[in-house]
Amino acid sequence: MIELQHVSKAFGATKAIEDLSLTVQQGEFIVLIGSSGSGKSTALKMMNRLLEHDSGRILFAGDEIRTFRPEDIRRRMGYAIQSIGLFPHWTVEQNIATVPELLKWPGARIRARVTELLELLDLEPELYRNRYPHQLSGGQQQRVGVARALAGDPEVLLMDEPFGALDSLTRVALQNELARIHRASGKTIVLVTHDIDEALRLATRVVLLDLGRVVQSGTPMQILAQPASEFVTDFMGRSEVGIKLLGLETVAGRVRRNESAEGTPVAENLTLREALSVFLARQVDRLAIVDGAGRPAGCLHFSDLVKSRE
Amino acid sequence: MTGTHRPLAALTMLARDPLAWGLTALVLLIFGMESLKPLFAAAFPALERPVYEQDTFVALVIAHARIVAVSSSVSILVGVAAGIFVTRSTGAEFRSLVESIVAIGQTFPPVAVLAVAVPLIGFGETPALIALALYGLLPIVQQTIAGLESVPRAAREVAQGLGMSATQILTRVDLPLALPVIIAGVRISVIINIGTAAIASTVGVKTLGSPIIVGLSGFNTAYIVQGAVLVGLLAIVTDIAFGRLGRYFERWRFAA
Repeated sequence: MIELQHVSKAFGATKAIEDLSLTVQQGEFIVLIGSSGSGKSTALKMMNRLLEHDSGRILFAGDEIRTFRPEDIRRRMGYAIQSIGLFPHWTVEQNIATVPELLKWPGARIRARVTELLELLDLEPELYRNRYPHQLSGGQQQRVGVARALAGDPEVLLMDEPFGALDSLTRVALQNELARIHRASGKTIVLVTHDIDEALRLATRVVLLDLGRVVQSGTPMQILAQPASEFVTDFMGRSEVGIKLLGLETVAGRVRRNESAEGTPVAENLTLREALSVFLARQVDRLAIVDGAGRPAGCLHFSDLVKSRE
Repeated sequence: MTGTHRPLAALTMLARDPLAWGLTALVLLIFGMESLKPLFAAAFPALERPVYEQDTFVALVIAHARIVAVSSSVSILVGVAAGIFVTRSTGAEFRSLVESIVAIGQTFPPVAVLAVAVPLIGFGETPALIALALYGLLPIVQQTIAGLESVPRAAREVAQGLGMSATQILTRVDLPLALPVIIAGVRISVIINIGTAAIASTVGVKTLGSPIIVGLSGFNTAYIVQGAVLVGLLAIVTDIAFGRLGRYFERWRFAA
């Protein structure tokens, strides 16, 4: 879908990106992560030509992106940023319709698309359609920002720390919705963040950048379990790697189906990390587990957290 | 019941509206100055002709408004264009130059511009229009720049990131958001222009300044009062109207 081949970029004398190669496959959810100055935002902005690369090649759908008109390529990629940037003088509907309007969709189709997206992002269409951005909460504004990025049915979604300015509750809610949208639509997403938990929660592939180079690229599990260097371990939070690993797996994979336990049951779609918290909070070593419909699904032992039963 | 109340409510609203009051006073004075003759005669008993009669006040107001409209239109066109130009990346290097030129235009008193222009261009409207247009540029250029710079950076970045062209960013994002601030500049410029246009009468242009100039040279205080009151009222009414216009273009801000 997008391919960076030996790409470099400098701002004056400072090198932001050095010999970066990265392939984004159709349907992947890539999270570019790194500390500030790692070049992650620069890499993202080169993909839709908000920044031009100095050397190397960037291919989109097989063609060098410089052969496209910048506006055309951007309309085929959604774009959302931390400061959201809703147009304050436009209603929610007008904001979401930005790209469809640029693509000159017929009015009825635009209106239907806005309704669909408002519903997808859990905003009651008739209640929010005609509101102005200043009448929305921060979380609602970013929902509209994400809806706007999705509106033109883009082939790729580029997101630059989209949830960075939100409170943690709203952030997790929006992360879950984005994960749901990714699963349901199979859209290719490239997201930049410095939040490790966000990367682990969302990514199908994490790309860790430092000083403009890829340090390691792999699934969240690979990054945590097989760090390529001390730097990766440190970045992932050395003392919490085990906890974060537990966060990648759900209870469902380790539940003992033919046993049962006392006490208030917990849902099997909880992560093992959340289960650990319940164990510790309740001071027990066995938890009753229920499935999504609330039916008993078995029991989880404290020791099951340590390793899966083969 | 509401049928009897609604016209009444509308009337009350109109009665509270300063624009309605100002307009009414302006129209009454324009057409009724003649009938105030006894009043001026009583106030200025020494004067032979207590009301200016060389022209009707209707003609004077129309001539005055025309001079203001023409010169302000030039100021607005040039000023907004210059403001847009120096806030684009291609024109950024000219920004301080434009700001200096415009500031100089404001520093030169229009009377001085007239004094220089008349020997070059001759008497009449043209030198007056040049002087007024130059004098009115500063607030428009300044406010256009300020308005365009107040557009949130994030909105511009996303506009670009979503695939708007430079022209689309200007017409759909920058200008609509800057418009209330630009109108504030136009408002100041036009108000100043309404006052300043009176001096165009010193070079033979018919304006509301004519009774003032004639009054000054002929020691006729009544003429001065008549001209000055109308200029003042015209300025007040215009000011209120521009206030309304600015709020109209910002109405999204007040949505609750």
